[in-house]
Amino acid sequence: MRKSANTAHKLAPIITFLLLLLLWEAGVRVYQIKPWILPGPLAVANALVKETPLLLTHTAATLLEALSGFFIAIVLALLLGIILNSSQLLHKAIYPLLIISQTIPLIVLAVLFTIWFGWGITPKIIIVVLVCFFPITINLMEGINSVDPDQINLFRSMGASNFTIFRMVKFPSALPAFFSGLRIAATYSIMAAVIGEWLGAQKGLGYFMTLKQKSFAIDEVLAAVIIICLLSFLLVKIVDLAEYFLLPWNRIEEIS
Amino acid sequence: MTKLEALNICKTLDGLYTLDNISLYLKEQELVVIVGPSGCGKSTLFHIISGLINPDTGRIIIDGRDHTGQTGRVGYMQQKDLLLPFRTVLDNIALPLVLKGESWQEARKKAKSYLSQFGLEGFADYYPRQLSGGMKQRAALLRTYLFASDILLLDEPFAALDAITRHKMQKWLLSLRNQYNPSILFITHDIEEALLLADRIYVFSPLPGRVVGEFAVKNLTDEEKSLCKKQIMQLLNM
Ligand SMILES: Nc1ncnc2c1ncn2[C@@H]1O[C@H](COP(=O)(O)OP(=O)(O)OP(=O)(O)O)[C@@H](O)[C@H]1O
Ligand SMILES: [Mg+2]
Repeated sequence: MRKSANTAHKLAPIITFLLLLLLWEAGVRVYQIKPWILPGPLAVANALVKETPLLLTHTAATLLEALSGFFIAIVLALLLGIILNSSQLLHKAIYPLLIISQTIPLIVLAVLFTIWFGWGITPKIIIVVLVCFFPITINLMEGINSVDPDQINLFRSMGASNFTIFRMVKFPSALPAFFSGLRIAATYSIMAAVIGEWLGAQKGLGYFMTLKQKSFAIDEVLAAVIIICLLSFLLVKIVDLAEYFLLPWNRIEEIS
Repeated sequence: MTKLEALNICKTLDGLYTLDNISLYLKEQELVVIVGPSGCGKSTLFHIISGLINPDTGRIIIDGRDHTGQTGRVGYMQQKDLLLPFRTVLDNIALPLVLKGESWQEARKKAKSYLSQFGLEGFADYYPRQLSGGMKQRAALLRTYLFASDILLLDEPFAALDAITRHKMQKWLLSLRNQYNPSILFITHDIEEALLLADRIYVFSPLPGRVVGEFAVKNLTDEEKSLCKKQIMQLLNM
């Protein structure tokens, strides 16, 4: 009984998705919408298959930018976490700036980076870093700051140094929050790389889409969109998997 | 022989006069219980003895030496178990030894040898979340003991447990005490608990905390203990 309900729950979104596709295809056919306005899902699938080799090379470029940016952001977030933890004053001085920095419209920065760093891979990576850095850092810091002060007192009472407390208590306690940040960053990273490419590049899915959009090959633009969705989804799943294996204790439910 | 002494401790917290000239002592291998109303500064006193915070005036003397404001000398078990959820029971217990410079391997080996006496046999590789309330408290107590086996500050260690478990834990603490002979300073709300465990009892007043009574209850008959209970209840306005 329980099991069949479970499968139903899992199948429900898939069935909804297929129904929507069906509706889309039917709509495009019934109203005879021009393919350069909106192609049907079959046409998009067709384009996906036809352009696979080309799409793969562009995907590789985008993935490289996204992953480089993602990892640099992780390293920077960890460094900042350690630095801000070391001094209350630094924390007070820097943390608010971090929050305010998020109000800067990223698209403007992206344009500037293209002007400053050219059409190569660098500006894209910087954009990905900027986009990923914030959710990772904020979540890490929130995790660190929400450690029970009594827990810290316990370690202080045992004579542990600040850094030992960070290493043994604060950082591991913050890991679940850290992974929430990673999950958000993983979702954004591909999109950020694509936006960077959109503004000027020589390869990548964003570049591919600008080209195809100019020649009204909407089916190919949408084929690229599908790949972007899949990549983002895949990255999030990888983060989930890493969390599953690295934080076994977090899977255990409280019994009392 | 006096193990630990608090001399004329005064403390104001955030403008609130909390501890008013507290003086008390703990002799070697003695179990001294502090009872007092909620919020009268008992935990604050333990924070001061453990060196986590400094008193405004007064001194903490341990083994004849001044330890005011110095951490790392006594084992302090706070009101919560404070086990790290991301470490196994064994690692939680071994951690204080690692902090004192032993390798993980040595520390685990040593910690393991105590598990059965603390009723944790077979639970070494569990995570704290998988333990019952009583087991968590025993694990926390073992961790405290491994950090400093001679002086233990226990802040309401059994308060969160159900009556049956609490009673078992009290008996178990007494047997443990006979085996290891530590000096223990023990906070409780529960006068029955105090009379059951203590050699001596200090009674604190409501805020600002002051010592308003001291009772030697070791080797008292049941009758004498119930007399003590009446007097303590009077002091606490119960
Ligand atoms: N960090 C703090 N800053 C300011 N005031 C505090 C702080 N911690 C505790 N207090 C206040 O100091 C008083 C004494 O607190 P304390 O925790 O020592 O009481 P307690 O006797 O242990 O109470 P309980 O029996 O409920 O645990 C309380 O009135 C409390 O509100
Ligand atoms: Mg308290």
